[in-house]
Amino acid sequence: MNTATSTAYNYRVVRQFAIMTVVWGIVGMLVGVLIAAQLAWPDLNMNLPWTSFGRLRPLHTNAVIFAFGGCALFACSYYSVQRTCQTTLFAPKLAAFTFWGWQLVILLAAITLPLGITTSKEYAELEWPIDILIAVVWVSYAIVFFGTLIKRRTSHIYVGNWFFGAFILTVALLHIVNNLELPVHLTKSYSVYSGATDAMVQWWYGHNAVGFFLTAGFLGIMYYFVPKQAGRPVYSYRLSIVHFWALIAVYIWAGPHHLHYTALPDWAQSLGMVMSLILLAPSWGGMINGMMTLSGAWHKLRSDPILRFLVVSLAFYGMSTFEGPMMSIKTVNALSHYTDWTIGHVHAGALGWVAMVSIGALYHLIPKVFGRDNMHSIGLINVHFWMSTIGTVLYIASMWVNGIAQGLMWRAVNEDGTLTYSFAEALDASHPGFVVRVLGGFIFFAGMLVMAYNTWKTVAAAKPEEVAACAKYTVEGAH
Amino acid sequence: MPDVLFDTGTIRGLGTLLIFVAFIGVVIWAYSARRKPSFDEAALLPFADEPQMGGHALSVSRSTQQ
Ligand code: HEM
Ligand code: HEM
Repeated sequence: MNTATSTAYNYRVVRQFAIMTVVWGIVGMLVGVLIAAQLAWPDLNMNLPWTSFGRLRPLHTNAVIFAFGGCALFACSYYSVQRTCQTTLFAPKLAAFTFWGWQLVILLAAITLPLGITTSKEYAELEWPIDILIAVVWVSYAIVFFGTLIKRRTSHIYVGNWFFGAFILTVALLHIVNNLELPVHLTKSYSVYSGATDAMVQWWYGHNAVGFFLTAGFLGIMYYFVPKQAGRPVYSYRLSIVHFWALIAVYIWAGPHHLHYTALPDWAQSLGMVMSLILLAPSWGGMINGMMTLSGAWHKLRSDPILRFLVVSLAFYGMSTFEGPMMSIKTVNALSHYTDWTIGHVHAGALGWVAMVSIGALYHLIPKVFGRDNMHSIGLINVHFWMSTIGTVLYIASMWVNGIAQGLMWRAVNEDGTLTYSFAEALDASHPGFVVRVLGGFIFFAGMLVMAYNTWKTVAAAKPEEVAACAKYTVEGAH
Repeated sequence: MPDVLFDTGTIRGLGTLLIFVAFIGVVIWAYSARRKPSFDEAALLPFADEPQMGGHALSVSRSTQQ
């Protein structure tokens, strides 16, 4: 016997985070284009401290990773956890707090970083009062997410939620351990770590921020939105379980590849290198699982630009997780470290994987939470797709060329042992690549404006009663 | 003492072994025939809330393909 009850998902917080993902994407990437242009034309530093590259660079990384990427993760995890658990969010007031709290964190970052208030730890630049706010918001996020899992009406916990869960727990741990610091006054603190220990803790944090924020979280997005958009269940559920545990177990040990040839003990460097090589396998497990979900449905790629965003993001994920292990080999790292090759690798992951999978997921999600059948224009999604792809390719190709040129020029020596090239000569040789990056970055950024227009039209067409109706769902009360 | 049994090398070796055994364990668990029905069910969760597509119509798609 069925006793169907009708109730509603909490889409309000999903809508808020989804819209802010687009907004912060535009802001963060605009700052990216600006600092890329500063590297090509240094006059753009404008001789002001607040607009100098050194202060705007962390503003860019914080805006794209934590504001753009963070809002995408909140929106997609809140949306898919409700739908795969067939229940509404636990603690809706706390969920609303995570939205406003996170926006406040972003606002404070946007004020303090240009003022030069920083701990100077990469990706953990924010000073201690903001760190405390982040911790409070994050714990609230964990309560909402895991609370929803606990009150689920389904017997299983879907694999995408395992990835989100691992991402939330690990980021909490990383954030708290790496930001243990002694405040001297409101805007200045000192880390409790020093020397090689500080470096080790910082890159244990830094690498796992990549592994859990930029990878596990977005794999959670992938595991819901790729099957959903393709209309087929994931290729192999077994593979998803195995690569989940392998990824979690291995990522933690790979951090030392950021510290090759430093004061870090040699054995730790070698351990980091070996673990990074092993990491290829679970990474590709995820990529293959996502890609193969389309097997038998490849024709959908021809007509569906949303699916194309998702699949191309997986291709870039595969590419950057192949490149990463290669760069972890000490002899390769001796060439790539400090050069633009690293920057190219970063953006293959950041633009190609993180941004494109988020954009694809949002195009699926936005009409759903505003009660529309589709985005305002499918054609514009296609335009955006090509802009993102071309922008990413221009960015990473120019950085590979620059990186290898820099690496080779820096190490070239004459017969008498003196350096063949001065640093300025290598910089001069990099100029064309810097200009191509500005172009690629600008095209990617302009694609976000197309998305904003499309989103605006979609939201403007939504009628209040449709918006209210789309959140309704029925639960079969029988067994 | 030069002849200690548990020097750092041994501990690291045991650590590797432990992780390896855990990995094999997860693989055996995930690929055991006993888990298959429940994994098939779980894989359909993204579709469970769409009455028109229904769990039933889809449950035959991937998992029963050989
Ligand atoms: C329009 C798009 C973008 C442009 C033009 C751009 C440009 C830049 C530039 C010029 C730098 C500094 C490079 C250097 O110091 O030599 C940088 C660094 C960085 N960007 Fe972007 N970026 C863009 C999008 C993104 C996105 C979407 C993400 C992340 C999701 C991202 C993550 C990063 C990170 C993590 C770094 C620091 C890399 C490192 O320290 O090795 N960027 N970006
Ligand atoms: C198997 C996976 C991966 C491995 C083994 C790996 C390895 C590496 C290596 C060796 C470096 C250069 C370190 C240096 O010379 O300073 C690096 C830098 C970086 N990678 Fe990856 N990578 C992987 C995947 C990814 C993905 C998917 C992303 C992004 C979404 C990413 C983001 C970054 C960032 C942001 C940096 C720059 C860190 C910094 O110096 O500020 N990586 N990675």
